[in-house]
Amino acid sequence: MTELPLPVKAAKVNARNVQVYYGQNHAIKDVNIDIPSESVTAFIGPSGCGKSTFLRCLNRMNDTIVGCRVEGRIEIDGEDIYDRRVDPVQLRAKVGMVFQKPNPFPKSIYDNVAYGPKIHGLTRTKAELDEVVEQSLHKAALWNEVKDRLAAPGTGLSGGQQQRLCIARAIATSPEVLLMDEPCSALDPIATAQVEELISELRNQYTVIIVTHSMQQAARVSQRTAMFHMGIVVEEGPTDKMFTNPDDRRTQDYITGRFG
Amino acid sequence: MSVGLLLLIVIAVAALGYGLGRRRALASVQGDLRRLHSLPGYYGQSVFILTAAPALLVMLAWLLIQPLVIENHVISTIAPGSIADGSSTSLVLSDVRRMAGGLDALVARSSLSEGDIAALDANSTDVRGRLAEVGVALASDVDPAVFETAKAYRLILRTALLIMTTVVVAVTLAGLFFSLSRIRPDYRARNVSERAVIALLIASSFVAVMTTVGIVCSLVFETWHFFRLYSPEGFFFSTVWNPQFRGGSDLGIWPLVWGTLYVSFIALLVSVPIGLLAAIYLAEYASKTVRAVVKPAIEILAGIPTIVYGLFALITVGPFLRDYFAAPLGIGSSSSSVMTAGLVMGIMLIPFVSSLSDDIINAVPQSMRDGSFGLGATQSETVKQVILPAALPGIVGAILLAASRAIGETMIVVLGAGAAAKLSLNPFEAMTTITVKIVSQLTGDTEFGSPETLVAFALGLTLFVFTLALNVVALYVVRKYREQYE
Ligand SMILES: Nc1ncnc2c1ncn2[C@@H]1O[C@H](COP(=O)(O)OP(=O)(O)OP(=O)(O)O)[C@@H](O)[C@H]1O
Ligand SMILES: [Mg+2]
Repeated sequence: MTELPLPVKAAKVNARNVQVYYGQNHAIKDVNIDIPSESVTAFIGPSGCGKSTFLRCLNRMNDTIVGCRVEGRIEIDGEDIYDRRVDPVQLRAKVGMVFQKPNPFPKSIYDNVAYGPKIHGLTRTKAELDEVVEQSLHKAALWNEVKDRLAAPGTGLSGGQQQRLCIARAIATSPEVLLMDEPCSALDPIATAQVEELISELRNQYTVIIVTHSMQQAARVSQRTAMFHMGIVVEEGPTDKMFTNPDDRRTQDYITGRFG
Repeated sequence: MSVGLLLLIVIAVAALGYGLGRRRALASVQGDLRRLHSLPGYYGQSVFILTAAPALLVMLAWLLIQPLVIENHVISTIAPGSIADGSSTSLVLSDVRRMAGGLDALVARSSLSEGDIAALDANSTDVRGRLAEVGVALASDVDPAVFETAKAYRLILRTALLIMTTVVVAVTLAGLFFSLSRIRPDYRARNVSERAVIALLIASSFVAVMTTVGIVCSLVFETWHFFRLYSPEGFFFSTVWNPQFRGGSDLGIWPLVWGTLYVSFIALLVSVPIGLLAAIYLAEYASKTVRAVVKPAIEILAGIPTIVYGLFALITVGPFLRDYFAAPLGIGSSSSSVMTAGLVMGIMLIPFVSSLSDDIINAVPQSMRDGSFGLGATQSETVKQVILPAALPGIVGAILLAASRAIGETMIVVLGAGAAAKLSLNPFEAMTTITVKIVSQLTGDTEFGSPETLVAFALGLTLFVFTLALNVVALYVVRKYREQYE
């Protein structure tokens, strides 16, 4: 037996037989997937196939949607997150999320980033909080642009800066899993490159799951890729293999741009 | 021809112009709509506007200026000898007007012809008796000279009306032909109608602003009158309110200001927390069905007339507070109290606060909530730290509306807090407010010349300054603390 190129990491997230319904609409069907820790997993697939829906299952954001029902079993670190004893609020501190559309709070840049640490009591002194804010902004590649105006409102930033602010805000709570729903859809190529670099760095500490419509991006940043189609995962595996030699016809068509 | 009829004629001609303009525009391109600059309706509108607007403006100006000019002329013809002792030019002038009106009425009943009137002579006929027939009662016998003036005045009026009619009809027709002649396929009728809309909008806001200015001016004017009769120190620096209709009253404003602020304060203390919390529940926690029932139920409160709240205060809340709180604690024996009025007013204001705040909280985008939940915040943390700051300007607006309602409320105070002006800290004592005193100073048989009645205007102005200050403060608060979301 030869050594595998990448050491096999323990699965962080296991999903078994996940079904999601929006009222009568069966949006996610029989999804089974294992997501290894300290890696980047990309979700790809045509619009409306359920990528965001599945992503929101992982931090129970679907709980806030009236009429949405989740069935099956999703485990993080071996613990069923839909168990009665699990507090979704606590879970979301552990599983952070960056949304498709930038949504900074109408507060100062500083307060946006400090929001999570403050409500979870992660820091004891003002100096520690300042440190966390600065670190998070550094990681999100925003520090140099905003360091002189931390008191300015976050909503006054440009769209791309706002998205990076949201990323900083999410990593300030030091989540173990970071869910990113098309984080670069509002960014220019430079900011996109910065965010991708950030994602590659985050891989060392976090489990990152990213939804993207850009095949190049998926290929660049992820180690594993899952292809969604009409609510099912049609194929899932190492990114290299998915992009060079996919098993499923639909994956091949989608990647080469023949449908979707 | 009367003014009303003239108005109808102008409108009718303009309406006719609309049809003609439309037709002409269509004819100018042989029915090929695409070659017209604007839709045919706009050509019609442009004719309508250019026909009606100038004519109506001329008419309005004429009607405003004519009385001034004619009455000046009439006054100059009244011989100084005709003004009896104890009378004045304006009294004589009003007699002239009434006599002219009486003569018109006589003609209308056809008991007199125009010729008869010309021959009528106050010396030989009982003019006073004839006029009394048509309901025009004159105080004394008619001075022949004044009667002649009235006859002349009547003739001048008739002539003026005739000239006005002619002029207005001429302007109408000129407008009609001018605007019709301008219709060509490339005539920008759409822009004409756009400008007319703008003019209408500006005119409307102008009316609103001018009304406010007018009200403030009249308040200021009467207040100035008041301060000529009553010293400002007595008004602003005295703590006694004790009007005497025989004169020698104390008109210190402080007991009233205190009562107003005290009652409003209690009312806001009741309505703001309850209203705001109810709004948060409705907007953030309640399910759709609960919301559909509860929101209208709360809004019904806003539809109850304040006099009914007043009765509620008088019959239920007042005695209850007296029997269960004030009397046992030994701090009051009257069922009318600041507390009664404040509580009931607070209940009245709940829907103002809750309904507006609810709409505003609902307008905060869902993405704000998602962002906060996504970071692991609980619902109440989200409300406190994200939703309320984002909704603050609107909530301040809602509270402000409630505050101005509280300051201006009268009925609940009369029935709930009584009418005794007093300076006291005890909320179980009867007190009264500025609005109640304005009413009581102006009811009854009073003439507008004594400080006791004119003080009402000074009080009104004070009230106005209050609400203005409230608005300024609120504006400042909103500017300072607003957190703007896109
Ligand atoms: N809040 C909701 N209520 C009802 N149905 C929803 C809701 N959100 C999503 N859906 C439905 O679920 C399905 C999957 O939607 P989802 O948003 O997960 O797609 P997606 O893969 O993220 O698409 P995109 O790439 O366009 O973001 C769609 O058919 C959509 O209509
Ligand atoms: Mg999506």
